Amino acid sequence: MADADTLDLIQTLPLDSWHRARGGRMVPFAGYHMPVQYEGIMAEHGWTRESAGLFDVSHMGQLVFRGQGMDAALERLLPGDLIGLKDGRLRYSLLLNEAGGIVDDLMATRRGDHFYLVVNGATKHGDIAAFEAAGLQPEHLAGQALLALQGPRAVEALEPLAPGVAGLTFMQGGAFTIAGADAWISRSGYTGEDGFEISIPASAAETVAEALLSSELVKPIGLGARDSLRLEAGLPLYGHDLDQRTTPVMADVTFAISKRRRAEGGFAGAERILLELENGPVQKRVGFTLEGRQPVREGARILDGEGNEVGRVTSGGFAPSLGRPIGMGYVATTLAAPGTPLTLEQRGKLFPATVAPTPFVPHRYHRKGAA
Amino acid sequence: MSLYFTKEHEWIRVEGDTATVGISEHAQHALGDIVFAEAPEPGRQLNKGDEAAVVESVKAASDVYTPVSGEVIEANQAIADEPALINTDPEGEGWFFKLRLSDPSELDGLMDEARYREWSSKL
Repeated sequence: MADADTLDLIQTLPLDSWHRARGGRMVPFAGYHMPVQYEGIMAEHGWTRESAGLFDVSHMGQLVFRGQGMDAALERLLPGDLIGLKDGRLRYSLLLNEAGGIVDDLMATRRGDHFYLVVNGATKHGDIAAFEAAGLQPEHLAGQALLALQGPRAVEALEPLAPGVAGLTFMQGGAFTIAGADAWISRSGYTGEDGFEISIPASAAETVAEALLSSELVKPIGLGARDSLRLEAGLPLYGHDLDQRTTPVMADVTFAISKRRRAEGGFAGAERILLELENGPVQKRVGFTLEGRQPVREGARILDGEGNEVGRVTSGGFAPSLGRPIGMGYVATTLAAPGTPLTLEQRGKLFPATVAPTPFVPHRYHRKGAA
Repeated sequence: MSLYFTKEHEWIRVEGDTATVGISEHAQHALGDIVFAEAPEPGRQLNKGDEAAVVESVKAASDVYTPVSGEVIEANQAIADEPALINTDPEGEGWFFKLRLSDPSELDGLMDEARYREWSSKL
């Protein structure tokens, strides 16, 4: 249990009492009290895959960057094509250090005359410092809450409250009104399902959450299911699957490095990253499946056929939608091909595992051109 | 028959020299959805405080310690086949293992049911 001194440092989010009133079991996460579960992780996970789950992700950092030529200025740190990013479009990107290590992963949106970035909660203050050190002046929207509505029926639940959102495609956002509040809503998320992320003033968070929950399609979902959903979707979690020691090539998120940037370079860590793109990294992030039912967790050693350590598990758990344990971790690149047998070691016990393609559960995004 | 509890939220039901061990309602609630359980092999000699079994929820792994010493005489196959049984009936069908007690005096320091329920309700 955390002692009183620690508890004093943990902050509350706008929906704190709302979560507690709905039976949310609160835990400290990223410096905030957050709900890890309501009725149970398995039920919440299943509900999100079948209907629509409401997540409070107000711990995440929402940053605005204003100024002439901000796209080019951000490109000095991020490897994505921001100059070519159209208005109202999102791009997954990475904040890199000079050695090519990942300082954070994020979503960047061009919103008219400025850029809007959503960064991880645990890293937001460090990110702000890193941007400032690079001469940028992000405005931290500390007064904005962020909700995510995720699942195949999210659009059905949200369209009546925010007319027009059904017209968005995956990785597109726009300004809407929801329950009387001004909102920025994008078709994006962290579950592999269709869904939306909704940025609203903190003062409106409870009203909007209530309006969403009044739909029979929607239930509140905690951090526990958020983690199992993203793991099944093969999406890396910063601080676990990504950190300053991993590069985008090792982490297998090279889709975040656009074609033009590969040709031109000019972003933090470009020298190392472009070399790794050309020659391949020493280690690579892979997904794996396990026999049996016992999960293998973060920190377990990954061994080759001769018992040599070739990497570590960075995320591992039971996949509710698959009824079996899965995970991800780093292995020597020679062992990264799907189908490669691995041995995992956890607390002295050995587990046979197999490198598996990700996502483990297919993505069901609402892509442009899809029906 | 006597029922005892530990501060680690195990329960022990004693009939003659046989003790049945499981985890309490409070413990299953705290763990959440249980996806894996492994009880000790029959024949294994356990000393009080040994790690005897493993229980894993979606989120985390926990050890089950034996509150008393003895030889394992039976492991509950039902929890291996259906771990969720520990959630639905932790103090009944969801038992973990049975021991032949080697030192019944070890029971003396444990809580009875009334004391445990009162203590755990305040956690």
